[in-house]
Amino acid sequence: MSLLHVAILSPLIFTIVVPIVYKFFRNVHTGWFILPLPVLLTSYFITFVSVTKDNRSIGETLSWIPSLGINFTVRVDGLGLLFALLITGIGSLVVLYSIYYLNKKTEQLNTFYIYLLLFMGAMLGVVLSDNLVVLYMFWELTSFSSFFLIGYWYKRDKSRFGAQKSMIITVLGGLCMLGGIILLYLMTGTFSISESMEFFYPNYVKDSYFIPALIFILLGAFTKSAQFPFHIWLPDAMEAPTPVSAYLHSATMVKAGIYLVARFTPFFGEHPLWFWLVSGIGLLTLFWGSFNAVRQTDLKGILAYSTISQLGMIMSLLGVGAAALKFSDTNDNYYLVATTAAIFHLINHSTFKGSLFMVVGIVDHETGTRDIRKLGGLMTFMPITFTLSIIGAFSMAGLPPFNGFLSKEMFFTGMIRIQDLHLYHLQTWGILFPSIAWIASVFTFIYSMVLVFKTFTGKYQPEKLDKKPHEAPIGMLISPIVLASLVIIIFFFPDLLSDSIIAPAISVILPNLLTETEAFQVHISAWHGFTVELFMTIGVLLLGTFLFLTREKWKHVYTIFPDRFFSTVYDETLKIAQNGSKRLTKLYMNGSIRSYLLYIFAFFIAILAATMVVKEGFKLELDNLAEIGIWEVILSIIIVIGSITALFVKSRMTSIILLGAVGYTVSLFYVLFRAPDLALTQLVIETVSVALFLLCFYHLPKKKNEERIRFKIPNLVISIGVGVIVTLIAISAHSTKLYDSIAHYYVENTYIEAAGKNMVNVILVDFRGFDTMFEITVLAIAAIGIFTMIKLRLSGREEH
Amino acid sequence: MEILMAFVIGMLFMSATYLMLSKSLLRIIVGTGLLSHGAHLLILTMGKVKRGAAPLLGEKASSYSDPIPQALILTAIVISFGVTAFFLVLAYRTYQELGTDNTEKLRGTEGND
Repeated sequence: MSLLHVAILSPLIFTIVVPIVYKFFRNVHTGWFILPLPVLLTSYFITFVSVTKDNRSIGETLSWIPSLGINFTVRVDGLGLLFALLITGIGSLVVLYSIYYLNKKTEQLNTFYIYLLLFMGAMLGVVLSDNLVVLYMFWELTSFSSFFLIGYWYKRDKSRFGAQKSMIITVLGGLCMLGGIILLYLMTGTFSISESMEFFYPNYVKDSYFIPALIFILLGAFTKSAQFPFHIWLPDAMEAPTPVSAYLHSATMVKAGIYLVARFTPFFGEHPLWFWLVSGIGLLTLFWGSFNAVRQTDLKGILAYSTISQLGMIMSLLGVGAAALKFSDTNDNYYLVATTAAIFHLINHSTFKGSLFMVVGIVDHETGTRDIRKLGGLMTFMPITFTLSIIGAFSMAGLPPFNGFLSKEMFFTGMIRIQDLHLYHLQTWGILFPSIAWIASVFTFIYSMVLVFKTFTGKYQPEKLDKKPHEAPIGMLISPIVLASLVIIIFFFPDLLSDSIIAPAISVILPNLLTETEAFQVHISAWHGFTVELFMTIGVLLLGTFLFLTREKWKHVYTIFPDRFFSTVYDETLKIAQNGSKRLTKLYMNGSIRSYLLYIFAFFIAILAATMVVKEGFKLELDNLAEIGIWEVILSIIIVIGSITALFVKSRMTSIILLGAVGYTVSLFYVLFRAPDLALTQLVIETVSVALFLLCFYHLPKKKNEERIRFKIPNLVISIGVGVIVTLIAISAHSTKLYDSIAHYYVENTYIEAAGKNMVNVILVDFRGFDTMFEITVLAIAAIGIFTMIKLRLSGREEH
Repeated sequence: MEILMAFVIGMLFMSATYLMLSKSLLRIIVGTGLLSHGAHLLILTMGKVKRGAAPLLGEKASSYSDPIPQALILTAIVISFGVTAFFLVLAYRTYQELGTDNTEKLRGTEGND
């Protein structure tokens, strides 16, 4: 176990400490004990920057199940490190924020921090695991810990609903992903990501598992990253405490899907389906999220849809970026910019969205509501929060001088360039990419403005607020201030990140483009001159401002699509599945013995008849038969008449006597077939049975008018079927005797070995005495059972 | 002979099935009784019948009937007797406690809700 393993598992191990410190140090907020861990981890992971800078990676292996190829292998490379830094860095800020956000007297802090640490460890495991099975394990652990965190206020209905919904959707995707992992294993023969990447694309594209594996992996990624139409869980997950929303549902967990897509781009990226699915769904999500964000009245609702939309943007950039793989040259690879933009925006989004969530949390905390219809004019009360929200929202809208501007420009660049790609019919469809991107950016601009100006400017309505608003405590402001300053710092010094973080990450996503010594040259600058992108941004600014100012007039446009349409589909699907299975179960599990017997017999007939037909099992051999004597014919007639009559008689007494008659006839058959012991036993037992039947009959209702069996056609058909099948099987079995009986051994050895002359009895007590012992046991159990049934009367006891 | 027995056994199975599909508990037990007769005769017939003396060495015959199926049937007869007896008493107790031997009335769903 290396230090790296310890680092990944440390949050999980640390959960043991949490309840102890919570119990014994009640006066200190538990968060203070947690805070050092993510800070330590952040600084630990920063030390790896020097390693990944040269496109090297560090791998460590810990044996887990070596025989199945499942080992806890971790690998830090550019992409993994980027995510690890986001997870630990934002994790530290979120823990700090939560210390001031959650009240230590009224909240269950121990559970909160246990779930949060579980999540942090799981997330680190996802991004740093090299083994796909281990990755899947951590992946599901993020789903679970996210479930716990969303349902943190478990006494609220909405929290439980949101937790369940996110659980169902993400676990559904997770299972699909597991399917994809298994298919990948079948293709490449290894669970190791780095090893499977060595199997180059052309070798596997013809494999019949390639397309299903691609789709399954993408399903996992799309559900986790809230892509259309699986985005529905994210708005409902906003019932979680705000630090959780900031951490899980903007900066880290929802990016696990992005990570997965980026990670698998070298493997699948050259396939057209990958390009169309990733970029197409991404663009659709981008548009749908931004369009729906505008109509939201809840601040966290706006942020949820905005997260969906921004994730769609990153996703579409990754899809478009995969096109770069088609051109094996880094020097003037025209399409590299998309991947660069994806990674860059990933970082930027984490900074501004994290700070925006925290700002919204502050507003909620200080006013008691998140409803923009109640809020307004908070600027004078909360100047710092207002400033932070402006920085975050303007960056989100893509305005200078904030980092969102840079990534949005690059986003436009990537989308415009895709038209020049003479692949995948993009000559005709390529124009859609920049158009949708541009329209979505306009909506993004509008909701960003709504977020700031509806909250902080306009009329102050104190009568609608529960509390008198005032500025938040400084501790609560530290984290958003750090993030907001990053927003600005990245704008002015973007190249701080480009060589150390972004270029190594790109080299992992597009490794095939690099030769041994090459490295990607990433240069991000704020000014490119008067380009199309700049005019597009200006257009966004102008149209967005116009639409924002005249927002009231356009209100009905945003409600064209029914609110929460896909959520309704989800709810109805669940309802149909539930009611449908209930009705199906009620349909066949009706509690009637007769129906169950009908199913059993019908299945018996069907399976045997089908086998007989398919295998041509029926055979009739007339050579090897015993001759028929007159006695056998008479006995047969008696049995047939007796059993048939039993069906039609009215009186039960008669049917019992008929059963007795059949039994005695059977014993006569035993006589004819030279089985004296059987005949004896059968006679005695039949007598006792009939006596028992009569005893039972004596106690049955006397007055009740006895009736015949009611005639039912299915009963007749089924019973004739059973009779015919048994007859056919008996005939065919007799006609195909493969081996002689082993009876001659018994005939020869009964006297020599066992000193008896009655072969049947010797078999019963000597050769096969075990059977007899347990048969005696059966009788004993039956006797005890009968005795107990008659003597033990528990239900009547209370009455006496 | 074996062909004839196959038809007799088929007949027994048919009647047994028909009885077991009826509503009355007692008829179901009669059905199981017929079914076990059918099964026993089936075992006996599937060994060869009527080829040699009874399996007693004192007979000093040149050939004997197969003793193995007979031993198997003997075991089966006793077991089915034990089960039938238990089942009968169960039916009797059911009637005592619940006042009916109609399986449709015995199902929990009807009448209870």
